[in-house]
Amino acid sequence: MRHMLTIMRKEINSYFRSPVAYFLLFVFTLIFGYFFYTVVSMFLLQSLTQAQYAQMYEQSMPPMNINEMVIRPLLLNTSVISLFLAPMITMRLFAEEKKTGTIELLMTSPVTDLQLVLGKFFAALFLYAVMLGLTMVYLSVLFRYGNPDFRPLIAGYLGQLLLGACFVSIGLMFSTFTRNQLIAGSMTFFVLLLLWIIEWSGQNSGGAWAQIASYLSLTSHIENFSKGVIDLKDTVYYLSVVVLGLFFSVRSVESVRWRA
Amino acid sequence: MIEVQGLTKRYGRTVAVEGLNFSVQKGEILGFLGPNGAGKTTTMRVITGYLPPTEGKVTVAGYDVTEHPLEVKKRVGYLPETPPLYTDMRVDEMLAFAGRIKGLANRDIKPRMELVAEKTAITDVLKKIVGHLSKGYRQRVGLAAALIHDPEVLILDEPTAGLDPRQIIEVRRLIQNLAGAHTIILSTHILPEAANTCHRVMIINQGKLVAEDTPENLTARLQGTETMKMLIEGPEAQVRETLERVDGVSRVSSLPVTAGRLEVSVEMHPGRDTRRELAHAVVSSGWGLLQLSPAGMSLEEVFLKLTTRDTANEGGDGHSEAGDESSGNDGAALAEQGSEESQS
Ligand SMILES: Nc1ncnc2c1ncn2[C@@H]1O[C@H](COP(=O)(O)OP(=O)(O)OP(=O)(O)O)[C@@H](O)[C@H]1O
Ligand SMILES: [Mg+2]
Repeated sequence: MRHMLTIMRKEINSYFRSPVAYFLLFVFTLIFGYFFYTVVSMFLLQSLTQAQYAQMYEQSMPPMNINEMVIRPLLLNTSVISLFLAPMITMRLFAEEKKTGTIELLMTSPVTDLQLVLGKFFAALFLYAVMLGLTMVYLSVLFRYGNPDFRPLIAGYLGQLLLGACFVSIGLMFSTFTRNQLIAGSMTFFVLLLLWIIEWSGQNSGGAWAQIASYLSLTSHIENFSKGVIDLKDTVYYLSVVVLGLFFSVRSVESVRWRA
Repeated sequence: MIEVQGLTKRYGRTVAVEGLNFSVQKGEILGFLGPNGAGKTTTMRVITGYLPPTEGKVTVAGYDVTEHPLEVKKRVGYLPETPPLYTDMRVDEMLAFAGRIKGLANRDIKPRMELVAEKTAITDVLKKIVGHLSKGYRQRVGLAAALIHDPEVLILDEPTAGLDPRQIIEVRRLIQNLAGAHTIILSTHILPEAANTCHRVMIINQGKLVAEDTPENLTARLQGTETMKMLIEGPEAQVRETLERVDGVSRVSSLPVTAGRLEVSVEMHPGRDTRRELAHAVVSSGWGLLQLSPAGMSLEEVFLKLTTRDTANEGGDGHSEAGDESSGNDGAALAEQGSEESQS
């Protein structure tokens, strides 16, 4: 446990020592801010028309759901942005250590491969969580001026966190395969994208494949969370992806010693 | 303290180390001497648990490296060929991380760091970024990181590479002071370094043990023949013929350098100093003698000599071994065993 924390601390420090973390956070906030602006102005425009409409016909205004119309699309956008940024978070984790030879220090220290992998995983997840946390600053504006429902928000964030854990776990795995960060990053991105869009292929063909594709897809499982529903099936799916990624990472790190 | 039995390491089809047997006693300094690609780094990586052996058994402090890797790693401090340092950390952060990952308790980290920083003379760069340090300083930080948890066993891969002459002496002295409380294996290309620092030297070539002896015995054996380097102005064929006739000379080879000038290397029988005769032979023939100096033996020559000793140098052997007898029969016997192994 202590060793895992040592590794995690070292990785987090290293994220914030280099421009990587600041760059990622900056880009993320910028893009999210843009989405926030568009979604909210659209919502305002619509509620304005609705209000005028209601006044004109002297009816009570139909309730507009801020959760449905603002938060849900925002969270879905968030997952698209993270799809692009996650590879940049994870690509250096092992590839860099292999390239510079510092892996030799870690692997001749009394640390197990699992501690090593988990330490790095949680460090990357931490950075992802910080990124996600920044969106709450925007959303707090909605609480200030609107009256959104809390529970679906919690479910939504839980879904994002689980999705991020999948991204990070898969990215970590690819980082153990190579000493080249660029290769690790692009392979991660490619596979994440594949898992993202696989659902579309199912929609076209239909039948059994549609069901399989929809189950495998990272996207299909985020929808329930975004609606505010925490489904056991979705949670199990995400956790299995995380565990699988970590498992292969550990195996790969072990085998580095056998190959190198 | 360290036992290596029948160690073989293959990378795919290349054999890096083959059938290595040796042991290191507590408090001893063992030197690995060998040319590039001899298998020194590979052997060290197996002992530290970084690489698994293909065949054979390695135990450190009674723990088998493959069965109890963590126990071994706790007890070993390792300085790899390129010091494994995080270039974005400050030196003190780097050492603190090394201490923590080696299992040092939090309260011990600061005092240990100050101690090893002082020992390796890096106290004034503790606040600098590792990436901004010169090669020699990085080497010293690497050494400090290897020492931080006060390990029983130290494995140092070319610890003096990249250091300036004064630091080389300091580090050698440091290593010698560490012996006794620590068991040390170090590798080097430099024969005098191994001879000065180590209690025992193992010479490795192409993954096999060539010789194993105390530095004293080794130097004695290597002094068997001496080679002179001469720079002569004169006709090549005649020069060679004349020098070969000088009493005590076993072999002459020459290489024209510029017009009329020859670089000649003359091998002499052991125990004979024929410099006077060589000079006389050249001068009395009316040629110009521009230079005459004893040539130090290169590492390659050392291997050549140690590996081909029994066949090529039969006659000279009697002499040199007679000289060795007083310094200890054990060493000679060990050496004998070493060269037999390398031939089988
Ligand atoms: N990762 C590897 N993959 C394949 N072959 C390797 C690997 N590492 C080393 N070798 C080979 O094993 C042999 C021994 O290498 P090693 O690095 O142990 O030599 P060394 O004695 O440390 O040499 P040097 O003095 O140059 O440091 C060499 O022939 C080398 O090419
Ligand atoms: Mg080496």
